[in-house]
Amino acid sequence: MELHQLTIHELSEKLRSKETSSEEITASTFGRIDAVEKDVHAYITLMKETAFAEAKRADEAIKKGECGVLTGIPIALKDIVCTKGTLTTCGSRMLSNFIPPYDAAVIEKLRAAGAVFTGKTNMDEFAMGSSTETSFYGTSRNPWDLERIPGGSSGGSAAAVAADECIASIGSDTGGSIRQPAALCGVVGLKPTYGRVSRFGLIAFASSLDQIGPFTKDVEDAAIMMNVLAGYDNRDSTSSIEEVPDYRQFIGKGIEGWAVGIPREFFVGGLDPEVEKAVRQAVKTVEEAGARCVEVSLPHTEYSLAVYYIVAPAEASSNLARYDGVKYGFRAPESRDLLDMYKKTRSAGFGTEVKRRIMLGTYALSSGYYDAYYKKASQVRSLIKRDFDEAFTMCDAIITPTTPTPAFRIGEKTGDPMQMYLSDLFTISTNMAGIPGISVPCGYSASGLPIGVQFLAAHFQEGRLLQIASAYEKQANIEKRRPNL
Amino acid sequence: MEFEPVIGLEVHAQLLTDTKIFCGCSTRFGAEPNSHTCPVCLGMPGVLPVLNKKVVDYLLKMAMATHCTINRESSFARKNYFYPDLPKGYQISQYAEPPAEHGWVDIETEAGKRRIGITRIHMEEDAGKLIHDENSPSSYVDLNRTGVPLIEIVGDPDIRTAEEAAAYLKRLHEILVYLEICDGNMEEGSFRCDANISLRPVGQKAFGTRAELKNMNSFRNVQRGLEYEIKRQQYILESGGVVVQETRLWDDAAGVTKSMRSKEEAHDYRYFPEPDLVPVHVDDKWLEEIRSAMPELPLEKRERFVSQYQISPYDAGVLTSGRALADYFEEVARLSGQPKAAANWVMGDILRLLNEDKKTVVECPVTPTNLARMITLIQDGTISGKMAKDISEAMYTTGKTPGEIIEEKGLVQITDENALAAALSEILAKNPDQVAQYRAGKDKLFGFFVGQAMKATRGKANPQMLNDLLKKMLSNQE
Ligand SMILES: [Zn+2]
Repeated sequence: MELHQLTIHELSEKLRSKETSSEEITASTFGRIDAVEKDVHAYITLMKETAFAEAKRADEAIKKGECGVLTGIPIALKDIVCTKGTLTTCGSRMLSNFIPPYDAAVIEKLRAAGAVFTGKTNMDEFAMGSSTETSFYGTSRNPWDLERIPGGSSGGSAAAVAADECIASIGSDTGGSIRQPAALCGVVGLKPTYGRVSRFGLIAFASSLDQIGPFTKDVEDAAIMMNVLAGYDNRDSTSSIEEVPDYRQFIGKGIEGWAVGIPREFFVGGLDPEVEKAVRQAVKTVEEAGARCVEVSLPHTEYSLAVYYIVAPAEASSNLARYDGVKYGFRAPESRDLLDMYKKTRSAGFGTEVKRRIMLGTYALSSGYYDAYYKKASQVRSLIKRDFDEAFTMCDAIITPTTPTPAFRIGEKTGDPMQMYLSDLFTISTNMAGIPGISVPCGYSASGLPIGVQFLAAHFQEGRLLQIASAYEKQANIEKRRPNL
Repeated sequence: MEFEPVIGLEVHAQLLTDTKIFCGCSTRFGAEPNSHTCPVCLGMPGVLPVLNKKVVDYLLKMAMATHCTINRESSFARKNYFYPDLPKGYQISQYAEPPAEHGWVDIETEAGKRRIGITRIHMEEDAGKLIHDENSPSSYVDLNRTGVPLIEIVGDPDIRTAEEAAAYLKRLHEILVYLEICDGNMEEGSFRCDANISLRPVGQKAFGTRAELKNMNSFRNVQRGLEYEIKRQQYILESGGVVVQETRLWDDAAGVTKSMRSKEEAHDYRYFPEPDLVPVHVDDKWLEEIRSAMPELPLEKRERFVSQYQISPYDAGVLTSGRALADYFEEVARLSGQPKAAANWVMGDILRLLNEDKKTVVECPVTPTNLARMITLIQDGTISGKMAKDISEAMYTTGKTPGEIIEEKGLVQITDENALAAALSEILAKNPDQVAQYRAGKDKLFGFFVGQAMKATRGKANPQMLNDLLKKMLSNQE
C-alpha cells in the first residue's frame, strides 16, 4: 500500500511511530494528484506550495511530540469554504477572482489540528447540483468510471478521497451534497446535525440547511474528523452549545439490541434494483450485528423534494443577492448604468442552474405567493421534522438507500432538472429535519459502481450514527476495491 | 366637503452603541470612508451576523418608555432589494414577529392633549452611503454606516395635523435622547422620519389613498412637508381627482413634495425569516435589568418638578428639556435649599451664558456647588442680587468659587448698621439742600441719596438695610 492510500488513523500511527513523515505523505499524495488529476479533475485549485510548508511544520511538531489527530494529514477542501489568501470560487465565475481575507471556522480548526491542505475541490456552482456539472470549472469525473459523474455538489471532495488524491476531505451538504457523492464514489460521507459544525466562512447556499461535514475512507476517520470539526462557534448564531462527545469512542462499540428503523416510504418505485438489493443486504447485515429492524413511517417524505425546491432556492435567491459586481468578485465590463451593471454581471457571472434557482426562489418569496409557497413549505418542513422525531421514539437509527441509482453518465440528466433533483430524493428530508446522516459503502453494481447505504440518527446523535456505521462496516466487511485509474 | 388628514409616522433612530448591530465594527460617525468595515458588514461570502445584545437593551428601553407590550420572543427577517449601499442585497430587519407593539405617547398642541399610538418598534441595520462625484460618471460607496443599529418606530395613523406630527416627533426625539440611546441629530441622519398621509371626508372611517413622504430632515420640514401634502391632496380631492398611491420626496428649497416612485415601481421586498439568526428571547431577568436602569422620563420629571419644587410648568419644561440640565438644576436646588432661586439662576444667567458660547450644561464652568453657594450668600444677605450677577459671570469665566471672587473684588455687603448709619449721616450732612427738599415732599430725591450711599460704600451696602435706614434718618426731623 502506498501512503496516499491509507486512512487518517493508519497514517497517524505511522507518524507517531516516526515510520513516515508528513512530507513523505504529502509528496505521495501530490504524486498521486499528478498522476490522476488530469482524468479525475477533482480540484479547482491546488495548494502544493503551502501544503509542503504545512507538512514541514507538522513534522517539526511531531518531532517535539506535539502530534494532534490530524497533524501532517493531507486534507482537501470543498471550494465553498473560505480560505484566507487562497482563491475560493464556489464553482462560479462570479467568484473566479475572490480571495477571502479570512478563514472559515472549520479551516481554523483543521489548521489548529495540524492538517495539511492539498487544495480546493470542484463542486456544482454555489453547491446547486448533484453532479458537479454546473461548475464553471468543468465536470469532475467519477474515479470508478470516468464517463460518469462523481455526484454533487461536493463531487470534487468525494472523487479526491476515492481517487486517493487526499486522505480525507471537507464537503458541505444542503440536500445530500455530502452523502450522495460519497455513495456514488464509494467513500464515507457524514452530514452532521444542523448547528453541530460552524457555518462561519461557508459560502451560503441555503442557510437553514447547509452543514459542513467530512469525506473519509472509513467510518473511524469520519469520527476523527468530527472530533475536530464539531463544536460551538460564537460567530455562527445557529451553532449549538450542545456538548461534543469524543466521537471515536463510538467506533467498534457494536449495536446489539438496537432497534433500526426501515422507513416504508424509502423503498419505492424508481429505486434501482441493484441499489435496492445492496441496501436490503445491508439491512440483513445490521440484523446480523445484533440489531432488530422495525418498519417506521415518514409519511411526509413524499413532499420533501417539493419543500426543498421552495425553501432552498428562496434562501439562495437572497444569499446570492450580494454578488452584484460592486464590492468583489466578477463584474461585467462596460455597463451603461447601475441596473445595466447588475444585469450584465449577474447574467454572465452565474450559470444556468444558479439562475434557475434564483428565479424559483424569488418567485416563491414574491408578494402574493409567499403564503402559498414559502410559508406552506415551512409548515410541511415542520411536519417532516416531526415524522423523524416520532420515528426516533421507536428506533435508535434509521437505515435507507443513499441514492436511488449508482452514478449516472455525464450529460445524462443535465437536460432534465427534475431527473437531476430526484437523485437527492433520499437525502433531502434529513436536511429538512436537521438531523445527522452518514453514507457508508455497501457494495457494487454489476458494472462495478459503488453503492451507498445511509444511516440517520436523531439530533446531535452523531455518536450513535458513527456507532451503527462502524458496526455495519465491520460486520459487512465489504470487499475493498480501488478504482482503476 | 370637509377633509380630515390621517397621518402615521415612521421614525428611524440610530442607536448609540459603540459597535454595529451584527459585527464588532465601530459606529462612530465621520471616519475615513470604509475604515469601519469588516467582512461581516461588507457582506462578504460565508460570513454571518451575530446580534449585538446592547441593541436589544436599547430597544427594550424605548419600548418601556413608550408603554409598548414587549414580546418575549421576536425574530429577524430579510428585506430584499438591490442597491450598492446594501452589500448583502438584503437588509436584516424584523417583520412578522416584532419585539415591541401597541405602545403610545402623549402629545400636547394648541388643540390640547392627545394620545398617539405606536404600532410597533423593531431593530434593523442601517445601509451605507453613496457618494456621487459631480466631475466623474462614477459613484462611490462608503460602508461605514452599514450595520449601524437602528430602531424603527412605526406610529399608528392617529395624527390629524402637521402640528401634531411635529409634536409627536419631538416627543419621541426627547425620549430617545433622554434614554441616551440616540443622539437625535437629524442633520446627520441619526433621527429620520417618513410619513404616510391620506385624506378622507370627515366622518368617514375608511382611509383614503395615501402618499409616503420622505426626505424631511428637520421638525420644521416635517411640518412644512405635511402641510404642503395636505393642501395638495385636498386640492386634488376637491377638484374631483384621485390621489395616487406613491412615494413623494420633500423638496426643501422649492417647498413642495415631488413624486419619487409610483406604487407599480414599489419594491417587492420578499421578506422571509432570517435563517442566520436565532429568535431573541427576553426573559424576566433581562426585563428587570432594563426596568431598574430606566431613567425618569421627561414628562414624569416635568410633573415632579412642578409639585416638588413649586415651579411653573413652563420653568419645569425648560429645566427638563435635557437630562443633564435637569440634573444640574436639581443639584443646585438641593445644595442651596432654594429651588425657586435655583430655577431662576439656572434658566437666567447660566443658560444665557451657555447659549452665548453655544455650550451645553455638561461643559458649564460653574459647578452646581458654586452656584448653590452663591444663592445661599444672597439669601443670608452677604451679597446683593446685583453683586451676584457679577459673581455668576465671574464664576463662569474663571471657574472660581464665589468666595474667591468676593474676596478678590472685595464684594461683601456692608451689613453693619452702625457703619452704614455713619456713612449716611455724612451724606445727609453734606447735602442739606436736598434733605430739605426731600422733607418738603420731593420724594424722587430718595434715589439720589441711595446713589450717593452706594457710591460712598462702592456698592457694598445691603440694599434693604440702606433703604430702611435712609428712610428712617430722612424722616427724623432735626
Ligand atoms: Zn463590520
